[in-house]
Amino acid sequence: MSPRRTFAVALRVLAQVRRDPRTLVMLVVVPCLLMTLLWWMFRGVAGPSPFDRTGPALLAIFPFVVMFLVTSVTTLRERASGTLERLLAMPLAKLDFLLGYGLAFGVLAAVQSAAAVGVAVGLLGLDVHGSVALLMLVAIADAVLGTALGLFVSAFANTEFQAVQFMPALVVPQILLCGLFVPRAALPGVLHALSDVLPLSYAVDGMSHLTAGSGSGGVGADLLVVVGYAAALLVLGAATLRRRTP
Amino acid sequence: MSIQVRGLVVRRGRRTVLDGLDLAVGAGVTGLLGPSGCGKSTLLRAIVGVQRTHGGSVTVLGQPAGTRALRDRIGYVTQASSVYDDLTLAENLRFFARILGVDAAEIDRAVASVDLADLRDHVVGRMSGGQRSRASLAVALLGRPDVLVLDEPTVGLDPVLRRDLWDLFHRLADAGATVLVSSHVMDEADRCDHLLLMREGEIIASGTPAAIKADAGAADIESAFLSLVAR
Repeated sequence: MSPRRTFAVALRVLAQVRRDPRTLVMLVVVPCLLMTLLWWMFRGVAGPSPFDRTGPALLAIFPFVVMFLVTSVTTLRERASGTLERLLAMPLAKLDFLLGYGLAFGVLAAVQSAAAVGVAVGLLGLDVHGSVALLMLVAIADAVLGTALGLFVSAFANTEFQAVQFMPALVVPQILLCGLFVPRAALPGVLHALSDVLPLSYAVDGMSHLTAGSGSGGVGADLLVVVGYAAALLVLGAATLRRRTP
Repeated sequence: MSIQVRGLVVRRGRRTVLDGLDLAVGAGVTGLLGPSGCGKSTLLRAIVGVQRTHGGSVTVLGQPAGTRALRDRIGYVTQASSVYDDLTLAENLRFFARILGVDAAEIDRAVASVDLADLRDHVVGRMSGGQRSRASLAVALLGRPDVLVLDEPTVGLDPVLRRDLWDLFHRLADAGATVLVSSHVMDEADRCDHLLLMREGEIIASGTPAAIKADAGAADIESAFLSLVAR
């Protein structure tokens, strides 16, 4: 492994995104619009606004889903264009390749989350009791998690269509069980246990800790779980990425 | 011999693409000629070390193919263009140069070798097919590899460009590189120092173009190919 090569991959991925301004704009603007939509939906609801409960979950879900999709499609494109084969014939460690992607999309996630958190906290009045910087950190870890899952999954997909199918299969269940619809503690036993092993649950928990006022105490553990899952998935991705293909 | 293949077996799915292939490639420009689908790309991928094999051995510069020490000594052009369409030529080269750890001067040299200096800052995706394959070749030239494995680098190019590229291959070979070029166009045979004629996963002839023609009693390689198949 070499930091020089990891950074080379990250810089290249970012250069590619920069060439695609439409993607870049959508990456930043769409989460802000969706946050606003969520806030607007709950405008007429009496009592304490559900926005304070669902907003943080959404902040955790965006980076995860978007980076998952972007990564799986980009990696497949890299496979189809022959560039991956060329890279794997070169002196590039597989983890350099994967970490480079993680790093690049982590940077994009930072920009995306800064905008979404800015709108949610600054304009829409989402209450944050912990630190906003920690909130961003959770979002970035969450994005790297999405990237790691996308990289891992793309080893099992031969086409972009297949890669996109992994989204309802692997991502939607995590959204359903992360506590957004039913608080995790109120889930039936089996589902609660299941939600305990799904990484998105911890990202959402982390966000909720920071907004619900339980302070920054529990966030450390949640953040650690998310980072741990991301690291494990990257290592698994390196194991499933083969230099020699059939 | 720079490349030595012994008893190579490659299966893809249920099909055996290569079944006990033997060959050797030495200095100079060697042409691997054969119709589409005869196993040329599979063989080249095995030499580069990105093909899963099922038997036999492939040795490049005295080491097993795909060994870490070989990875910056082989320049490889895949059949796909294997450059990033959304980056400029210079950005592509800068990236691959960083991966290979070669300095920036190499980029200028590679661009000049394939005669694309004017298009340095053009996005590769907007280039013509021929320009794109030359861009891909430029990447393979970075760091002056000892072995060049080029999978159909001249397909679809105009005759003038094709001649220029073959001249380049010979210059690289004269400078000491082993150049292995595949093609399904038989009339490129006479541009090679050595030939490997391939059909249905087997090498049906190897030698200089003149020797193969003399042996088959044919005036050109296409007829030689036909008469070798008829034997």
